[in-house]
Amino acid sequence: MDGTIAAVATPPGEGGIGIIRISGKSALSIADKLFLNIEKKKLSELEERRLSYGHIIDPKTDGVIDEVMTVFMSGPKTYTTEDVVEIHCHGGIIPVRRILELVLDCGAEPAECGEFTKRAFLNGRIDLSQAEAVMDLISAKTDSSFDMSLRQLKGSLSSEVTTLIDSLMEMLAHIEASIDFPEDDVEEMAYEKLLRDSTDVLSKIDHLIESFNTGKILKDGLKTVILGKPNVGKSSLMNAILRENRAIVTDIPGTTRDIIEEYVNIKGIPLKVVDTAGIRETEDLVEQLGVDRAKDILEQSDLAIVVFDASRELDSEDLEIIELVRSRKSIVLLNKTDLSKKLTEKDIESYLPSSKIINTAITEGSGIDKLEQLLHDMFMSSDVKITDSVVINNTRHRDLLMKSKKNMTEAIESINISLPIDCIEVDIKNAIENLGEITGDSVGEDIINTIFKNFCIGK
Amino acid sequence: MKNSYDAGKYDVVVIGAGHAGCEAALASARMGKKTLILTMNLDSIALLACNPSIGGTGKGHLVKEVDALGGEMGINIDHTTIQSRMLNTAKGPAVHSLRAQADKWDYQLRMKNILENQEHLDLKQGEVTELFIEEGKIKGALTKYGAYYGAESVIIATGTYLKGRIFVGDLNYEGGPNGLYPSNELSNSLENQGFIMRRFKTGTPARIHKASIDLEKMVAQPGDEEIIPFSFMTDKIEGEQIPCYLTYTNEQTHDYIRENLHKSPMYSGDIEGVGPRYCPSLEDKVVRFEDRNRHQVFLEPEGLNTNEMYVQGMSSTLPEEIVVNMMKTVEGLENAQMMRSAYAIEYDSIDPTELKRTLESMRIENLYFAGQINGTSGYEEAAAQGIVAGINAVLKIDSREPLIIDRSEGYIGVLIDDLVTKGTNEPYRMMTSRAEYRLTLRQDNADLRLTEKGHEVGLVRQDRYEKYLEKKNAVESELERLKQVKINPSSLVNEKIREMGTAELKTPTTLYDLIKRPELDYDSLESLNPDHPVLNREAKMQVEIQIKYDGYIGKQMEQIEQFKKLENKKLSRDLDYTVIKGIRTEAIQKLTLIKPETVGQASRISGVSPPDVNVLLIYLEQQRRLNKRSEKSE
Repeated sequence: MDGTIAAVATPPGEGGIGIIRISGKSALSIADKLFLNIEKKKLSELEERRLSYGHIIDPKTDGVIDEVMTVFMSGPKTYTTEDVVEIHCHGGIIPVRRILELVLDCGAEPAECGEFTKRAFLNGRIDLSQAEAVMDLISAKTDSSFDMSLRQLKGSLSSEVTTLIDSLMEMLAHIEASIDFPEDDVEEMAYEKLLRDSTDVLSKIDHLIESFNTGKILKDGLKTVILGKPNVGKSSLMNAILRENRAIVTDIPGTTRDIIEEYVNIKGIPLKVVDTAGIRETEDLVEQLGVDRAKDILEQSDLAIVVFDASRELDSEDLEIIELVRSRKSIVLLNKTDLSKKLTEKDIESYLPSSKIINTAITEGSGIDKLEQLLHDMFMSSDVKITDSVVINNTRHRDLLMKSKKNMTEAIESINISLPIDCIEVDIKNAIENLGEITGDSVGEDIINTIFKNFCIGK
Repeated sequence: MKNSYDAGKYDVVVIGAGHAGCEAALASARMGKKTLILTMNLDSIALLACNPSIGGTGKGHLVKEVDALGGEMGINIDHTTIQSRMLNTAKGPAVHSLRAQADKWDYQLRMKNILENQEHLDLKQGEVTELFIEEGKIKGALTKYGAYYGAESVIIATGTYLKGRIFVGDLNYEGGPNGLYPSNELSNSLENQGFIMRRFKTGTPARIHKASIDLEKMVAQPGDEEIIPFSFMTDKIEGEQIPCYLTYTNEQTHDYIRENLHKSPMYSGDIEGVGPRYCPSLEDKVVRFEDRNRHQVFLEPEGLNTNEMYVQGMSSTLPEEIVVNMMKTVEGLENAQMMRSAYAIEYDSIDPTELKRTLESMRIENLYFAGQINGTSGYEEAAAQGIVAGINAVLKIDSREPLIIDRSEGYIGVLIDDLVTKGTNEPYRMMTSRAEYRLTLRQDNADLRLTEKGHEVGLVRQDRYEKYLEKKNAVESELERLKQVKINPSSLVNEKIREMGTAELKTPTTLYDLIKRPELDYDSLESLNPDHPVLNREAKMQVEIQIKYDGYIGKQMEQIEQFKKLENKKLSRDLDYTVIKGIRTEAIQKLTLIKPETVGQASRISGVSPPDVNVLLIYLEQQRRLNKRSEKSE
């Protein structure tokens, strides 16, 4: 409980400024690694409880991340009674998140739900009468994040992390079997193999961390896919978005004509829009291939925009598409509302209860502005219900991945200097614990089950 | 009580004189309490009913810990060992594990002798059939022959005897281990008190005559050249060591088993008890690991004055005839003469989540359980629980703080915490992989971890305590000295350093940092470290381990510090979890059932999530402040 924690303190949604709050013993030293005021002074050299203007600088690249106001307040006269630093930066998800990531990389832990308040209470800062409210806060936030992590875990992150856990578990079971059953004909784990496997896992962890990187989002854009059966207005939508917003790159792969990717910037949010216009419209594509392709693209996307023709009732093809996006984040467009309307919001809600629905008449230019506003809001806000896989939990996941990376790096160092296998095991086990916190699994009994499953053991 | 007579009153009555019972009774008597130990058969005290060895991975750690607390098991095996091996020496010191073959008869006889001669301890033959409980408190125990013993505390350590049932092939009958009688009535008495009895199963392989084995065809497995004792009180063990022998099953064996598999009660479904996964029968291994074309078979001597050999690796529930034929397919066992049959035994055990960490029942005061009845397996696991139950029975009588060894302090703590927090669905065996702080819970430092505790409770005698202090001080002051003494990088020094095969010094370096280098150790620095004190082997090993694995040990110490924070937050047994808003229903149910004693323990219950723990912490703080406020207003 004595660790230093950090989180975004400003409420979700749009705001002129975002605040990152750091609380704990290392709050000031962490801020010192990142902040320089306009006279190149560190926060610790400046007056306490006074806002200082300066910059957040990435210690790795020395690049300026954002211009900010920063304040240090020493305990106990703070909200948590611990040392607290607040960084006031530009609002919007990108700078806030990037700065939080840097703070975490410098040694802070991501705060659990309600943890600032919990600390404030445990440290005697909050009145006794508030205790129940504090408990409510923790449990309420937990329920929603529980719900969220479950939804998120249906995605590819879960399967990738699970694959990593499985590989590490195999290694661990082998090590443990050879330790606990030294006379049972279990082959000793060769250090060469251990090194190979560990290096492999480490590079996969690196790859995952990379995919979480805000910088990458800035570069690649949030991937949004447009889905719908032929002639519902997908291409018109694409054109409408492109017309109103500056296209960054136009990329039409020469080998396939069925997928079009466009990079656009909608109200400051970089999007990579994938139009599956070609799917099913191309004569020479087998029908099944189209669905598989769409599934693949969906798998890699952050958001799906599903277009239906509101002048017709849903048919089997529409239902097939609904089935595809059921477990994903989606916006539904009821297009062609300028014609007689046969499809209503209610019809869609019964299939996709969590989707946002917008009425459009794309060829008339109506509803596009609503769509853009919605896209903007979804990615700007920290409303966990909408942007789960991109924002809140990612900070925690990224931190856990960073920790597993650190543990695997140490394992590899120890393998290289031939430390005993039971030391190396500690790092591997810790790495599994880190990854397990993402998927909600714990090592405990699992390892013993794996030992008995994989090895013929016992006398 | 019809046909009973008053046979006397004791502070502590221990039921059962196996490995748990012996440690429990000795601890109680040695702490000065008038103690009675009852056994169904005086010839079966400390019976090694299965394998003729003590220790092994994880288990060896337990023996060292029992010894460090002032128990008997380590000393007993040191006196009766006929072969000793330190396992895992190619790995790190944390997983070095001692195992010794015992002369079974010597082992039993010596333990019986110790019990007989222990002050404050009475040893009697008698089968307890009924417990007497008034107002939720134990009052005494009645034997089959009518002896009623009044007791402040009763410790039940009945092993596999409760409603024991023997299985050999399709034959099964009431019976205890090794041809002894089962105990049927005590189990009913426990059930009447509301304990839910569960059926567990274990088994033992055949014993064969040494002269009928072709040892030439097998690989001899000698003991270590130097015998390392189990007990911190034993300085040296000398004497001849008897080897074990290794051979293998083959495809012929496996084919024969497959042909006869239908004759095993395990596959016909007659055995309902749950067996341990780490003691599979040979038929199990053949079925589950089909692609293995051989399995190890170890022949182990049962004692110096017997020709019986234990056939490790051939546990079986197949009929006797099949076991005999199966054995004869193995190289070296072509003419094997079986002396005792392999059998499986099914028995009653309780659900250990009904117990407190002192091993006292949550429902019946002063009633303790230890050993296999708690769902464990193994002599060492039993002894570990026995000593904890014995010590705590005494401390409770004297209204003193209980002895709780937590997960960061010993394998004993891991064992008991696992049992009372998580329970077990199969006979529980200690494994080093169950210990999350394995690097600090080493067999070499069991005394440094636990002897102080044993002394505090009054079980550790003065001689042991002084020996411990001496080692502790020697290690601490030498570590301190090595951190202080700096070696300067003179050319003379660097010449020596080069000879040692390690990188030259550039700046003054402490001896401590030099020992850390993989190429160096304490002894190899002799020429640079002429003023070192004379350390005994034990102390030198400590110093070296603590320096070499400094980094990893440091990491574990940090984790332990975190662990202790939650472990030190006590929870009241009467806490009503249903009134705490914000804990999820599943967690409330589990918490109410297990009644954890600390927040740490609560956090380890499956179904209790980290947010549940957070809510619990807030609630505790709220209660603390409310209490403080009401104190003030009074």
